[in-house]
Amino acid sequence: MVEQASVGVPFWILSVIVLVSGFMVVSLKNIFHCALFLIFCLTGVAGIFVLLNAEFLAAAQVLIYVGAVCTLMIFAIMLTSNMTSKKIIQTNHNAMVAFFGCMIFTVSVVAMLWITTRDGIWHMATELLPENNVLVIGQLLMTKFVVPFEVVSIVLLAAMIGAIVLARGEKA
Amino acid sequence: MDFQLPDYNVWQMLPEIVLFVWALAVIVFDLGTKRKTGSAVGYFAMLGLVVSGIALAIVGHGRGFGNMFFNDSLAVFFKVIFLGAAFMTIGSSFGITKEKIVNHRGEYFGLLLFSTVGMMFLASASELITLYIGLELTTIPLFVLAAFFKDDKKSVEAGIKYLVVGALSSAFLLYGLSFLYGLTGTTDILQMRFNLAAGQLSTGGDIGVILIVAIIALLAGVGFKLALPPFHQWVPDVYEGAPTPITAFLSVGSKAAGLVAFIKIFVLGLYAYYEPFMAPNDWGMLTGALAVGAMILGNVVAIRQKNIKRMLAYSSIAHAGYIMIGMLSMNELGLASVGFYMFGYLFTNMGAFALIAHFEDKTGSCEIKDYAGLSKSSPFAAMSLTIFLLSLTGIPPLVGFFGKYYVFAAAIKLAGSGPGYDWIYWIVGVALITSVIALYYYANVIRTMYFIKNDAPVKLVFSAPALSMVVIGLIGVFLVGLNPEPFIQFASGIPFTAGFILP
Repeated sequence: MVEQASVGVPFWILSVIVLVSGFMVVSLKNIFHCALFLIFCLTGVAGIFVLLNAEFLAAAQVLIYVGAVCTLMIFAIMLTSNMTSKKIIQTNHNAMVAFFGCMIFTVSVVAMLWITTRDGIWHMATELLPENNVLVIGQLLMTKFVVPFEVVSIVLLAAMIGAIVLARGEKA
Repeated sequence: MDFQLPDYNVWQMLPEIVLFVWALAVIVFDLGTKRKTGSAVGYFAMLGLVVSGIALAIVGHGRGFGNMFFNDSLAVFFKVIFLGAAFMTIGSSFGITKEKIVNHRGEYFGLLLFSTVGMMFLASASELITLYIGLELTTIPLFVLAAFFKDDKKSVEAGIKYLVVGALSSAFLLYGLSFLYGLTGTTDILQMRFNLAAGQLSTGGDIGVILIVAIIALLAGVGFKLALPPFHQWVPDVYEGAPTPITAFLSVGSKAAGLVAFIKIFVLGLYAYYEPFMAPNDWGMLTGALAVGAMILGNVVAIRQKNIKRMLAYSSIAHAGYIMIGMLSMNELGLASVGFYMFGYLFTNMGAFALIAHFEDKTGSCEIKDYAGLSKSSPFAAMSLTIFLLSLTGIPPLVGFFGKYYVFAAAIKLAGSGPGYDWIYWIVGVALITSVIALYYYANVIRTMYFIKNDAPVKLVFSAPALSMVVIGLIGVFLVGLNPEPFIQFASGIPFTAGFILP
């Protein structure tokens, strides 16, 4: 039996980390720093998963996003010549339009959260979590959710072939 | 450990498995013959689609993998459309594979087949995760295919734009799906519908504003695939820059995939919510507003286009609007009419793009002004393109007319079904007016071909595959147009899918 997820000081600390570093990712001028802040952001999300008793997700988040994706990104940046010293501007002339579009969606999401918490209608799950998360996830992936599990492998294969086609240098 | 293995029934997945293995075989075939295969690899890929179609016919209806994989009427109908679209796309690709993408023929056809497999999984999905992953498998190969001319700036721009907007919309879709899961506690579409109707929700029966935010996010995700304003901005640039056969595939296959996702999520999944929580009227007004926006924007902006691919891009936005009119009613008639519309659109649009692709192979141009004098030099090409464009406009007795007729008929029948539906007449009125506007810009191409003099008109010599694709398109346009009954019968099975019959 695992305790119910709780919201407390750790949650707020992690939230601030995630939000601030997420903002840094989309606003800094040095792309290398952006990648480093992305690692902070994703690690913070992993921490929130831990608070929600989703240890498997947290581990996967750290392994895949922090371990693989961000590392690859940093490699890509370092292997691209002059990329680290360049100043990049992350906005263009459509920034204001995008800002208003995002604000509309943000306001609607925040309003939704505010209304649902005010009325107290969005309950946390009350069932007890199974003791061994990973075991249950594994069983579900091989029985009930075997179709999407297998199709994902086709997606990865297609993405890999596509990436090779695009990245491959052509012989003249 | 005690868990039950579901009844896998892999047999039901035969068409997808065949096509997937065939896609790998196509890639290996191209490598194994040291990329000196010429057109053989293309014919091989087409054969795979035919074999998969035969497998589809043998397997028929049924379900497998517990309740995860449905071969219902909806799935079978749209799988036929997907296979047909891929078949005609490959058929009109021989020009570019001969000259432009010599090094990657196998990958080109293989990725196209992968995308088709994704669409087929999407059509069979009965729960949200499979649906989402099917949509991803549809889109990811298309990012690459849109950017397949690596030396062409426009093609690369198309690929990057499609990637960025596609990733964003897919994130929105996932966000919306997560709300649905959080609300209903299940990813199974039918169970979700049941839970919504019975009020078995994580909020204790109160839907609140959660569903509204979820619907906005889902519309953004699916609207991207359907090219429905205001989620259409990627369409013109991507359609213009991508290789022409891929543009055709985007406009038919990808749009049909978006339509399937729309039907699955909104009609099969959320249909129930509109009785207690949102009147049919509100739902209809939402789709109606989307339809009006798409029809007006698509048709009006298309007038000004000089590039025929861009013109057809805006025309495809307009056609998404006509499809939405069929979705107004969300009843049996509406669904069947939308299916029939898509079926006609397959032949018409693929035929038109086959000709445009062939014209581009010979002249390297997609400008409408270069079509001048085509009627003198190649009368058959000019006549076929005229027929396709007239069918897109909706001139009887071509298939486009019957598609529009059934879509409008479904909407008008709903309008006549009770008071409070009068606004539907206005929407149909807008549709009729925009159809007339559409005639103007389609006729402009016809006028250019027939009445504008050109000193050195291009003579199109058809290669066998290009000619057969045009002929298949023509046969489809006339056969389905003159004899729509059996196809209407086929389409009218769509509503009687699992979502409507089973609890």
